[in-house]
Amino acid sequence: MAAEKGQTATRTYRVHVDPDKCQGHNRCYSIAPELFDIDDLGMSSEKGNGTVPPELLEKAERAVANCPEYAISLEEVDS
Amino acid sequence: MTSRHAPVSDWNTDFDHTDPSWVADPYPIWTELREGCPVAHSNRYGGVWLPTTHEYVSEVAYDTEHFTSRSVVVSEVRPGPEDLPAPIGLAPPITSDPPFHSIARRMLLPAFGPKPIAALEPYTRELCQQLLETTAGKTEFDAAVDYAQHIPVRVIVRMLGFPEEDADIFRKFIHQVLEDVDQSPEERQAIINQGEIDEYMDAQIEEHRANPRDDLTSFLLEAEIEGQRLQTEHVRGTMVLLMIAGIDTTWSAIGASLWHLAQHPSDRKRLVAEPELMDTALEEFLRAYAPVTMARLVAQDFDFHGQRLKEGDWLLLPFPSANRDPNAFDDPDTVHLDREHNRHAAFGLGIHRCLGSNLARMELRVALEEWLKRFPDFELADPARVTWSAGQVRGPRTLPLRIL
Repeated sequence: MAAEKGQTATRTYRVHVDPDKCQGHNRCYSIAPELFDIDDLGMSSEKGNGTVPPELLEKAERAVANCPEYAISLEEVDS
Repeated sequence: MTSRHAPVSDWNTDFDHTDPSWVADPYPIWTELREGCPVAHSNRYGGVWLPTTHEYVSEVAYDTEHFTSRSVVVSEVRPGPEDLPAPIGLAPPITSDPPFHSIARRMLLPAFGPKPIAALEPYTRELCQQLLETTAGKTEFDAAVDYAQHIPVRVIVRMLGFPEEDADIFRKFIHQVLEDVDQSPEERQAIINQGEIDEYMDAQIEEHRANPRDDLTSFLLEAEIEGQRLQTEHVRGTMVLLMIAGIDTTWSAIGASLWHLAQHPSDRKRLVAEPELMDTALEEFLRAYAPVTMARLVAQDFDFHGQRLKEGDWLLLPFPSANRDPNAFDDPDTVHLDREHNRHAAFGLGIHRCLGSNLARMELRVALEEWLKRFPDFELADPARVTWSAGQVRGPRTLPLRIL
């Protein structure tokens, strides 16, 4: 998507929360509410399709590094 | 702190988590065990195991097949025939095993989500301010007794809809449950048989049945599992759990954080100057001074990293030791207020992860913010007068501070 705008050099990242691993520590949500949602049970999920705007990449990395359940992944996707 | 047990001579084979040296400073003991004997054993309490590394503690926390949560506090008394049996247990859901565990837990989770807890923040802040107000004019007071312990008691009493003046009843009760674990089986059974807390909870249940209102007790009385109202024992057990799990854990975290700040002026000044550090600082206090050690009962015989665990043995799950494991954290024995990678296990791991972590974090943050606003400069009045709790919840029980 971003490529259409001529940003071929920019890498696109997505976050993903594995619902089977999430136990509701809520660390990702408190670090990056722009990237994660929580439901009424306190379980996390990525917002939308998980695309991480470049300015939030550092926050996404912090969310990954603070999840005690290793439930969050951050992957580079084709753009 | 004295123990009714004989002093420990060998931590590898004869440890006791109520030993005065463990109570005073358990960290060197855990370090020694992690390095030399990662799964220690003791014949005390009828047989108890102690894994100390982050890896092993995690492994146990995730293994609900070989370990049951039917009893989570190591003492001289194992669950008796009169207790609610597995999978429900005495205080659901912490004492529940799958699959009942997730049913009992899911029912409670919405009450402890970030939003309902955020709604309690103004009350908590006002409470902290009132408590600090009582110190006006004093230059020395006990931050554990006069400040920290009142905060979680009052908040949970409010959530459950009990009379505010009853907060004192619970401090005594919690002490009996969590700290007097080295009493003889007879002594401990006698206390349990008094049933004071059950009587109190039953009276509250009756009163709430007659006058339902918007609080956690009414919520539990109206909750249903598969179309059935909860058994009274389940409601009572969960209320007892919320009191036990919600009070001295957070009291301990607040106290330990203030204890740290009292002795580290540079951290104290930095946190006052950079309040935006509170988020990472709070997690770091939770990591370095994690209050809670959980217990499990071995559900079936099996080999665990070279040790033969027998069905019915106790096993302690020291999350504070996991949080100090150098294989999991850089420079684990130093508090870094801005530690960005902090996958700590202070709230436990796996399905029994603390249900009240949003509440605990809110209380800890508000308690520290209000304290630092009022008293940016303080120190230990006398290190020798600081005492620590014995048992599976670690935190200062007397913390005399001098305001500078």
